[in-house]
Amino acid sequence: MRTTTTESAPAPARAEPLGASRGERFSALAQQHGALVTLVLVALAASIGFDTFLTGDNLENMAVSSAFLAVVALGMTFVIITGGIDLSVGSLFALGGVLAAWGSQYGTVVALLLPLAVCGLIGMVNGLLIARARLAPFIVTLAAMLLARGVLLSVTDEGSTTYLVDDTSFFARLGQDTLLGIGVPVWITVALFVLGALALRRSRFGQYVYAVGGNEDAAALMGAPVARTKIAVYTLSGLCAGLAGALNAAWLVSGVTILGTGMELEAISAVVIGGTLLTGGFGFISGSLVGVLLLKVIQNVINQIGSLDSAYQQVVSGAFLAVVVIAQTWLGRRRRML
Amino acid sequence: MSELTAPRRVPLDRARVLTFLQEYGVYAGVAVLLLANVAFTPHFLSAENFRTQAVQVAPVLIVALGMALAIGSEGVDLSVGSVMALSTSLLSLYLGYGPWIALIVAVLGGAVIGLANGSLIAFIGVQPIVATLALMVAGRGIALVLLPQLKDVRDPGLAALGSGDLFGVPYLVLIAAALALAVGFTVRRTTFGRQLLAIGDSRPAARLAGLPVRRVLILVYVCSGVLAAIAGVLATARLQASDPTSLGTLMELSAITAVVVGGTPLTGGRIRIGGTVAGAVLIQLLTATLIKHDLPPSWTQIAQAVVIVLAVYAARERGKR
Repeated sequence: MRTTTTESAPAPARAEPLGASRGERFSALAQQHGALVTLVLVALAASIGFDTFLTGDNLENMAVSSAFLAVVALGMTFVIITGGIDLSVGSLFALGGVLAAWGSQYGTVVALLLPLAVCGLIGMVNGLLIARARLAPFIVTLAAMLLARGVLLSVTDEGSTTYLVDDTSFFARLGQDTLLGIGVPVWITVALFVLGALALRRSRFGQYVYAVGGNEDAAALMGAPVARTKIAVYTLSGLCAGLAGALNAAWLVSGVTILGTGMELEAISAVVIGGTLLTGGFGFISGSLVGVLLLKVIQNVINQIGSLDSAYQQVVSGAFLAVVVIAQTWLGRRRRML
Repeated sequence: MSELTAPRRVPLDRARVLTFLQEYGVYAGVAVLLLANVAFTPHFLSAENFRTQAVQVAPVLIVALGMALAIGSEGVDLSVGSVMALSTSLLSLYLGYGPWIALIVAVLGGAVIGLANGSLIAFIGVQPIVATLALMVAGRGIALVLLPQLKDVRDPGLAALGSGDLFGVPYLVLIAAALALAVGFTVRRTTFGRQLLAIGDSRPAARLAGLPVRRVLILVYVCSGVLAAIAGVLATARLQASDPTSLGTLMELSAITAVVVGGTPLTGGRIRIGGTVAGAVLIQLLTATLIKHDLPPSWTQIAQAVVIVLAVYAARERGKR
């Protein structure tokens, strides 16, 4: 889950000056692992408080429902580390699901490639408008959100047609089968996170992502391909959202048009809770996974308390997000001051 | 050498065209849509139709006014839709004490959310998008805790507010126009307005110049919250029902669209209230045009997306940095 780097690998996000003070080291540790500690504490409390929390069914359920959001948050992490934001992922998630369900009648390859192609293309157009035309990411991806939702409604006859996936097909099994007792979507998610962490930490592309987010002008002067890096991260985010939608369609054996609203905000929350700074240049892939799990565990705990309805879930999630960003802003400020 | 002697066309000054588009593009857009509708849409030129369009645009415009203030301070307020939901819940709950008390409580609720947003941003230094995102999630939750489902609002006073008019002009439109004038005056003529723009232009510079940065930022988000709450009250009065589940969903996006299409740069330091009004009207007309010609609703979203990108593309030369 954690992507620990060895001393030899340069890791901009964790670069600390030699002889950093104890306070500074604590701040850095808290920023990186605070979410994980919170997750462990909440999970411990939940397993003591509720007999139903640590059951196989419940854990499996939480893992699978986390998997889709986690894949979206993976792409979002790259975007946010470059200092951008992607509001289109919720719509792309829904669009990917519908395209996958429609394409599944032509086989698994079409069911997977069609959403990847369309969502990746929309993500690439986002990146082009942001990097080449220099438009604000917030506005560009907002427009893409409306566009993708519009396309989605168009291809489903204004949302009245639901495409079903044949539940005996290989594509459906991709969403529903288990391997060693764990759902296939969870395995795919774990694999993607390992790949994502390697790309961010060990590849030149990852270095560019941090460099662009840290200081765009400095990155350009150093010879980093700023525009290409930005286009790549938005394309990646579109691909992740489309793939997550496709996997979700395989799991539900249908392409549901109403999914994904508010998902961009959930993904951003998870990334922020995981310690990635919205100002860019600093963040962890592993943190986003922890952020997703934390959000889902809290939802699960609130569901367990039968008397509390989903309204309280929103109050708690919002308050939680506020507390986390207050803590992170405070820690970040402390680091900068020291 | 022939190219020197060939008659040269007057080069189109791209920067000037873009400046013109940024300044007047939104008004031109409204004019074109109006003319096209007059020419091609049957029954468009009726008082009833104009009245419907104006009443529908009023709440969006009121929310967009607050959004313009937030964007002018180089921020954004994502919580406005949830504030509308909260205000409709509060209005329903306190209607038993009389419409005025209920109205005041509903607006105070918006002010409190704005105060929370502003405090997170001004005192703790949280980015506006995250701070207001937290309040957006929590705000709708609180609204639903207070009022779990749709409820009819039966109050003659509120019903009159929602559907009444003065000399044929609906109260909703009058209120929206008055608020637009008030916000426009605040931005242009008051110290607060000037300080707000200075902060949006450069916060470090404003701080060095000794401006009360924190106080102004908090006030900006309180204004945004109060305006959103007023929009929530008016929407409730018009619909004669409180629906905290769906009232105001995606309102933050409509409001941001109206502001940005109206030529206010997202980078702060400049606010165009006239443009914001025209931006809200443009989006409303666009939607109405497509619906009246039996085009599917999905086209509205696609058209809106295209308009947004065109508007920011026109604005980018000057809005950048």
